[in-house]
Amino acid sequence: MNNTATQSAVQGDAAQLELPGFETAKSDWQKNYDSQIGTDRAIENRSGIEVKPIYTPEDWSGDRYLADLGFPGQEPYTRGIYPTMHRGRTWTQRQLIGLGTPADYNERVQQILGLGANAISLLPCNSVFRGVDCDTVPAPLLGTCGTVVNTVDHMEQALDGVPIDQISAAMNDPTPFTLLAFMLGVAKRRGIPFEKVRGTSNQSDYISHFVANHMFYRLSQPGSRRVFVDHVEYCLNRLPNWNPVSIVGQHMQQAGATPAETVGFTLSTAIQYAEDCLKHGMHPDAFLPRFTFFFDVSISFFEEIAKFRAARRVWARITKERLGAKDPRSWRFKFHGQTSGVDLTAQQPLNNIARVAVQATAGIFSGLQSMHTDAYDEAITCPTEETARIAVATQNILREEARLCDVIDPLGGSYYIESLTDQMEEKILETIELIDANGGMYEAVGAGVVQRIIGKSASEAQDKIDTGEQKIIGVNCYQIDDNPIGETPPYRPNPETMKAHVESFKEFKANRSQSEVDQAIADLRRSAATEDGGNTFEKVVDAVECGVTHGEVVEALRDELGFGHPLIVA
Amino acid sequence: MSETPIRVLVTKIGLDGHDRGSRIVAAYLRDAGMEVVYTPPWQEISNVVNLAVQEDVDAIGVSSLATDHLIVPDLMAALGEAGLDHVAVIVGGIIPEEEKPLLTDAGVKAIFGPGASREEIVDSVTELGREAQAKKVSAEDFSR
Repeated sequence: MNNTATQSAVQGDAAQLELPGFETAKSDWQKNYDSQIGTDRAIENRSGIEVKPIYTPEDWSGDRYLADLGFPGQEPYTRGIYPTMHRGRTWTQRQLIGLGTPADYNERVQQILGLGANAISLLPCNSVFRGVDCDTVPAPLLGTCGTVVNTVDHMEQALDGVPIDQISAAMNDPTPFTLLAFMLGVAKRRGIPFEKVRGTSNQSDYISHFVANHMFYRLSQPGSRRVFVDHVEYCLNRLPNWNPVSIVGQHMQQAGATPAETVGFTLSTAIQYAEDCLKHGMHPDAFLPRFTFFFDVSISFFEEIAKFRAARRVWARITKERLGAKDPRSWRFKFHGQTSGVDLTAQQPLNNIARVAVQATAGIFSGLQSMHTDAYDEAITCPTEETARIAVATQNILREEARLCDVIDPLGGSYYIESLTDQMEEKILETIELIDANGGMYEAVGAGVVQRIIGKSASEAQDKIDTGEQKIIGVNCYQIDDNPIGETPPYRPNPETMKAHVESFKEFKANRSQSEVDQAIADLRRSAATEDGGNTFEKVVDAVECGVTHGEVVEALRDELGFGHPLIVA
Repeated sequence: MSETPIRVLVTKIGLDGHDRGSRIVAAYLRDAGMEVVYTPPWQEISNVVNLAVQEDVDAIGVSSLATDHLIVPDLMAALGEAGLDHVAVIVGGIIPEEEKPLLTDAGVKAIFGPGASREEIVDSVTELGREAQAKKVSAEDFSR
């Protein structure tokens, strides 16, 4: 959207709209509204945009339909990135799964595939996120929030019977991407060519970890930058069906950024990565089609829909005009949406089923490519089988019974949605400009600019809840005397199986060829030690095949590239 | 004589890094006039004990959102060994009902779940912090 469009939308008058009688009708309505409303209250959405009681052709007239909306699959993709959208192919149902031992994980994956999920994901244990192996962690913490995967053997157990050449896999796998390396090890053992391995490196967005999600401790910020670019390059050369990058807005929104700030920061991050890849001689039309995004879908229904419509439009213009992409596939903003856990409550947890249904509806109307719906016990524990089943069923009900996929971008053309899309776009562009003025996302995060903005928005949101301005059912209003956390027994892995898992890991380490391991680690170190030492990720893939563990890979790279220290701002 | 301000350490131990809650609670306590020592997540238990000694705190608030409360008993034992029995330990976050006794039996003084209000938290930390100050003073008197 350009400024002229905003102005004509805001200042448009009835004469311009050629609607005889508009002004009279409007002033009649205004009179009645004022006399009946009593004390009207100012309403702002989460991004700080004032929301009016009604929207009309004055707010959005459709005179820039082709330039700002077009048709699905056409620039600027406001209405969707593909011509058929959900009418042709619905979103990928990708539930996040990660728990216990690899065998526990495998059992849950088999179950969820049997229920109609058509993609898998793998969330590793927090110890894996920390960059350490299971034999160095207090036993009670293992496998409570994700699967304990430290080797190719572990990945083989986790993916037993899962056709990784046919369904797509998303790995929550920050730098240095050991889970992908383990999966490639499994592919090799099964004789599956790398070309057939499909999926996405989730959590590959290291900047988001330094901002909000705090998985930065694996490697320093400059070290992460190096390994990240190597990883993208490796994927371009070797894995045609793997998306090396998922740029994550979710962490920032969960940490408190408003929806508009979130998109601004996320697109600035994407620009940073693209510019880093360009600097390394990669062609924009080689890597941009493989950039994907990952966002929270909150319960702020209309705002979320406008957020994603605006994001598509902004990204299409950035990729084309700023990054020089010529292939339309580079312009498409592909995203996975996860219903926001922040909106869910531990109090009266069954209410969360209603919340997730609203969030998922917003996600579908936003034209997402892939979705995870939270289980209603999200605020309390790792989902149980039953709650995970209800979460998948929610998607199926919305698709099959409510028929939300019959029409593409069904809210497009709504005066409210279009006007809000324009206003969200304006806010997003303001944020991108601010980051540009601070030298890009890498520098802005290093200086704490982004963290400060998020901290401010988080405390403003909390104030609204504390004062009751933002009502949350069961939390600050309509409370009942329940004992929410008592009702759902938390998921805890079987301590005996976990102990056996750790024991067999120790045995594995004792029995591998130490000389091969030492050699592989030395090669990995050498590649990282200098800028022109070759592709570090290639060495990670080689190393894990020789039995080098996750913790050992991270340790070697940490030694060479530095430890990730918190960039926390008061 | 005005009262000595309560000194609180707000921290996270274990493996999880989600710190929105610990930051907000730290701000609540600071705004209520307490002296707050705030750490990034993933503190080693030994480091928490060292900080508690160096900073001479009256209370320690531990935030746990992803099962890190399961090692709070280890923290309690380490505090005891360091002679910090008087320090009030308070845990906030997602603590399943059936695991609460694990914490209270180990000596945790209060547990706050989701929905706890600013007022409840501030009141409780104030009361427990004062108690800790009193205990410490009497222990010092005794040692004289």
